[in-house]
Amino acid sequence: MSDKQHPLLAIRGLKKQFGATEVLKGVDLDLNKGDVVSIIGSSGSGKTTLLRCVNLLEEYQGGEIALDGETIGYRSGDGRRRRLSDRELSRQRAMTGMVFQSFNLFPHLTAAGNVMLGLRKVLKLPKAEARAIAENWLARVGLAARADHYPSQLSGGQQQRVAIARALAMNPKLVLLDEVTSALDPELVQEVLNTVKGIADDGATLLIVTHEMRFARDVSSRVVFMEQGRIAEDGPPAQIFGAPKNARLAEFLRTTRH
Amino acid sequence: MEYSLHFGAVWASFDKLLSGLAIGLGLAVVAVAIGTVLGLLAAFASVGPYRLLRWAAAFYVSLIRNLPLLVLVLLAYFALPQAGITLDKYQSFAGALALYSGAYLTEVFRAGLISVPKGVIEAARAIGLTRLQTNVSVVAPIMLRNALPSLGNTFIGMFKDSSIAAAIAVPELTFEARKINVDTFRVIETWTVASGLYIAACVVIAALLRGLERRFPKF
Repeated sequence: MSDKQHPLLAIRGLKKQFGATEVLKGVDLDLNKGDVVSIIGSSGSGKTTLLRCVNLLEEYQGGEIALDGETIGYRSGDGRRRRLSDRELSRQRAMTGMVFQSFNLFPHLTAAGNVMLGLRKVLKLPKAEARAIAENWLARVGLAARADHYPSQLSGGQQQRVAIARALAMNPKLVLLDEVTSALDPELVQEVLNTVKGIADDGATLLIVTHEMRFARDVSSRVVFMEQGRIAEDGPPAQIFGAPKNARLAEFLRTTRH
Repeated sequence: MEYSLHFGAVWASFDKLLSGLAIGLGLAVVAVAIGTVLGLLAAFASVGPYRLLRWAAAFYVSLIRNLPLLVLVLLAYFALPQAGITLDKYQSFAGALALYSGAYLTEVFRAGLISVPKGVIEAARAIGLTRLQTNVSVVAPIMLRNALPSLGNTFIGMFKDSSIAAAIAVPELTFEARKINVDTFRVIETWTVASGLYIAACVVIAALLRGLERRFPKF
């Protein structure tokens, strides 16, 4: 399904600054349905900020993001550009799922409660239906037996898998994964990566920021290298890792390979 | 000089002390209930995005917190009627204590709000909850859990402050004790029994709040 006129996600000339610091200097990126795209690059290159702009957690000063054909975040008319209302932003955020580096589970809710909150409040599903969907997703991430545990009773890897279930249960068009294994103990990394691999194999569209190069190579259909707020190279994993054209990318890969 | 203890005179009026205790507790419950609503509104306003509301909350807290409760009570009871607002002594005291507790509770809730992790709020926004839904379903429960210990302190303080109502002749525990003291001259006995009642009530309140704390999941 590579309809070039209508990619699932189309980012055009995205510019973002924090005060005087320009973090994104004009980013263009397309994702088609079912794509798994990993963004790699050193810290401060703007990877995470890019994800946060797509999920409208950050405001951006220039450029445009379209999700499934709908321009999100801003409305422009008579030469002015205005941030959409909270209600509109919330509706558009529900179309993407986000998994955070630090899990960010709701500490006052059980694993099932975490997954159910969006189903109940945003999708307005009845309780029994929301519970059934939550149990189904918790089972898919291997946590059926932990549905009624609170986050504080779960390991980091389990918490992150609940966070993945929470994002996927909303049936988003696109899932954003922001360094989802960076806060985990080494022995817990693999269970989370396997879970992500599973949802990728099921056909979810994923935009992944990661430092796990082997994982990016295994799971991605495309890899994007970001450098100082720009996309410096964009290609299939074999090209990015095997025959990098960009000198900074080659340097980056040398320093991260261990 | 010998002072021999005779509790009999105090026990004879013990029902008065108990009804005084009940009135004090009742006033405190009403005042703290209203104060909780005020405190929640002002706390959310003080961390919210609207500058005017932030100023209003800050003004309320600093105005009320810088007034002694006794002055506030006298103001409500004696000055308001001059301005055409007539309240009976129960209403005016409950109102004054509500305003007063609201200012303290604003700070308690505000501290609780600041302690809610930013990432958790973002997670709620990311699944599509509106700002209001996020505040109700995520921020408020976490904030309340975090604020519970200092909330207990404030509740107990407000109950003890119900003794200030004696100044405008509300027949609560301190007022009744003073009357018994004057009638019987059993100074030590009267105030010992009254103190015992205050302590007992506070211990019960503290135990109830601790029970409530245990019902919340730990995080």
